[in-house]
Amino acid sequence: MRINDVILRTVVKVVILIILTLGVYLFFSGHHAPGGGFIGGLVLASGIILLFVTYDIETIQRKMPFDFKKVAALGVFIAAGTGLGAIYFDLPFLSHTDGHFKFPFIGDKHLTTVTLFEAGVALTVIGTLVTMILSISEDE
Amino acid sequence: MTFDVAVVLVPFIFALLISMLYRFISKKYIGWLVTAVSLVLFIILTTYIPRISNGEIITFTHEWIPSLGINFTTYLDGLSLMFSLLITGVGSLVGLYSIFYLSKSEQLYHFYCYLLLFMGAMLGVVLSDNILVLYGFWEMTSVSSFLLIAFWHHRKASRAGARKSMLITVAGGISMLAGFLMLYEMSGTLSIREIIEKAGLIRESALFVPALVLVLLGAFTKSAQFPFYIWLPDAMEAPTPVSAYLHSATMVKAGIYLVARFTPVFGNEAAWFWLVTGVGLFTLFWGSFNAVKQVDLKAMLAFSTVSQLGLIMSLLGMGSVAIYLGHSSETVIYTQAAFAAIFHLINHSTFKGALFMMVGILDHELGTRDLRRLGGLMYFMPLTFTIALIGCLSMAGLPPFNGFLSKEMFFAATLHIQDLSILSLDHIGFLIPLVAWIASVFTFVYCLIIVGKTFFGKVKTHLLDKHPHEAPVGMLISPYILIILVVGIFFFPNLLGRYVLNPAMASIFPMFPSAEELAPTIHAWHGFFSPELWMTILAVVAGIFLYSLLKSWKPIYRILPYHLSLNALFNNGILWSESLSARFTRRYMTGNLTDYFVYIFVAFLLVVGGYFLYGDVFSWSPVNPESLDVFEAILMVIIMVSSIGILFAKSRITIVFLTSVLGYSVAFFFIVFRAPDLALTQLVVESVSTVLFLLCFRHLPEIKRGVQSKWKEARNLVISLAMGATVTMAGLAALHYEKFKTISEYYNDSYLLAGGKNIVNTILGDFRAFDTMLEVVVLFIAGLGVYTLIKLKAKGGGQNEN
Repeated sequence: MRINDVILRTVVKVVILIILTLGVYLFFSGHHAPGGGFIGGLVLASGIILLFVTYDIETIQRKMPFDFKKVAALGVFIAAGTGLGAIYFDLPFLSHTDGHFKFPFIGDKHLTTVTLFEAGVALTVIGTLVTMILSISEDE
Repeated sequence: MTFDVAVVLVPFIFALLISMLYRFISKKYIGWLVTAVSLVLFIILTTYIPRISNGEIITFTHEWIPSLGINFTTYLDGLSLMFSLLITGVGSLVGLYSIFYLSKSEQLYHFYCYLLLFMGAMLGVVLSDNILVLYGFWEMTSVSSFLLIAFWHHRKASRAGARKSMLITVAGGISMLAGFLMLYEMSGTLSIREIIEKAGLIRESALFVPALVLVLLGAFTKSAQFPFYIWLPDAMEAPTPVSAYLHSATMVKAGIYLVARFTPVFGNEAAWFWLVTGVGLFTLFWGSFNAVKQVDLKAMLAFSTVSQLGLIMSLLGMGSVAIYLGHSSETVIYTQAAFAAIFHLINHSTFKGALFMMVGILDHELGTRDLRRLGGLMYFMPLTFTIALIGCLSMAGLPPFNGFLSKEMFFAATLHIQDLSILSLDHIGFLIPLVAWIASVFTFVYCLIIVGKTFFGKVKTHLLDKHPHEAPVGMLISPYILIILVVGIFFFPNLLGRYVLNPAMASIFPMFPSAEELAPTIHAWHGFFSPELWMTILAVVAGIFLYSLLKSWKPIYRILPYHLSLNALFNNGILWSESLSARFTRRYMTGNLTDYFVYIFVAFLLVVGGYFLYGDVFSWSPVNPESLDVFEAILMVIIMVSSIGILFAKSRITIVFLTSVLGYSVAFFFIVFRAPDLALTQLVVESVSTVLFLLCFRHLPEIKRGVQSKWKEARNLVISLAMGATVTMAGLAALHYEKFKTISEYYNDSYLLAGGKNIVNTILGDFRAFDTMLEVVVLFIAGLGVYTLIKLKAKGGGQNEN
């Protein structure tokens, strides 16, 4: 039976932009407002899963040729690596620092190393979730 | 940072580099790289010899976990330096030899990575001052030995041998850890140096003898003493360079190192003398006795190693008498036993290393090392024959080879000990030289077998796979360097004595004033009437006599039936413990999710419910109904209806749907209570898990109700009700809980402490970042687990390999 999913496909094309943007926004806003690596990663992952559900796996994998296992591994590597970075500066493992930087055009920005750590978390969440969903759905 | 720390770290760094960059290193050069690393380390270590022999001690401390007193302290004194030189020196020779021994088609990266890991761990053992760090390195040597024995893991015997050695040495290691913790309890310090200083103090403690026995268990298992030696012959399944390196020259001597290092601590206890000497002597005899019956050359060398380790061990035991008696001009003579021990340790490494390499050559060139298929090889392999001859004569204790010197000193030590009238030695003291003599007769016999049956007699070309021919030059270099040392040490023993052995003696007997009188000058000739010379001559005569009558007395090896042997005992013990634990585990691991939930809920009920019942902490006041919002009321009704509905749902789809309703309603609750983080997370998690459920449930059969017995259903009902009640109680009590302050105040300053205004995120990313990092790792492992489980099943593999 062929399901008529024109509406779903059309809606997803618009909504996916909003979801992915929201994911990125949540990831960056995490330090001072609700959001963060885990939620950002979750939203991004759920967006990708929505794509998989709407279109078929092959189409999406052609457009996003990542090995999501490696994405997850990269995430773990970044998360642990930022911790090791602190040791280089003779501080306890996983110490973080922050500072205000002035940029042309966008002005004063508050940057932290926690963001790097959170990036690792987000990548792991995306990679793991997508790997799980893909491997379960591909299993016949 | 000084060089001596780098010495420990360099092998690890290179092991890491090899494991990461192996794609860029050609297989041709990797062996050379490892050889170069060990050679450079050896040369660096030799530059320390002048300083150490002047009595200097070089230490370096890196505070690792200062709150627990665990420091990474390297401690380079005479004993450590001697062992380090041995490890790196034999390491470079073995590295060179292995380049030619191992085929280029093997997984050389793994091999050299493990070899470097072992080298680093072994250097760590002999250089660590902190006993817990020492223990860590100690176990690391067991692990790397396991990996190396199982290098040809397609062979069943390799895997079995690796497992056996791992089980025995790690069991010993754990008992040693217990002994170390007792030492810490008694002395209050983890530093070996400080423990030695407090030796007199801890002598009084009730834990002293138990600690002594436990530490010795660690040493005996590692150094293959009776009855733990059974792992060493099985470990011969490893490639021959590994046998030469780990299982004769270095790792098995870690136990000797431990005994030597702790002699100042335990030496004043008679039990130490009796255990170390007794076990050592019996191992010496048992190893040499059993070596004779072997038909595999490597197994024969393994038993010979067991026996020689027993010899060294017993000498250390006899040396400890000097500490027992205290320092005086009469007791100094007993320290010579310890001197003979470390002297023989070096000699053994030289001749046994050469012999192992000789057997490796035979194995490599002929395809066999079975004595029944060898013979008459002298004419085909004259260079290899020279190695075997010199190695065996040195092992048998004949001049002009270094084994003669240390063997004479061994005999002398046994004769001195016999004269001692304390420790109730006057009755059984004569046994010590007797056992030593009998053992050296057997040693002579198996040395004759190695040389005679392999190189003399008829050639059995029809039994050989390949035509016998001499080995390539590359494989001969390392054993030749070793046999040159064997001869060289005989002629210049005092050079070695002055620069390497004397400083080591000072470490074994730190309370004795001068190293000069501790270390005798080594003489080859003690006069024609010296009893030790006659012991040697008689051993040779008896050995030749026994060798010529070998056939007539060999049946005595069949007296002991197999099912009574130590190996059978060990195997049965393993089988029995496996079946017992399998039976026990099967009782509670039913494979039924409901059962597992029952365990979890019961545990929760006992802990949390029990706390509320007996802790008298439950207090609550009814909530004012006026404050109830209309949204909250609606959400509550939805949650209640959907959760009760789940119980009566017939299809899985309905259950998934109702659970989602439940989850989304809870998310709305979070919004109502102004927790946007939680609400967001809950919403997304809910969506993703719904997709996951739908994907998985496709594979599952329909739900069957009423298949469980009535009794089980009733039990589950009671547990569920109690669980609900407990959670409700916890929720209500949380509102008014006053037993301790909430921890949330600490995080109010998050902006000052962590530079972020979102408290939740500062907790996740900064305050408790370690938790988050490990959670990320766990998540990743879980994802990989799901992936592998499904993919392995898809390939049709993954069945039980046995």
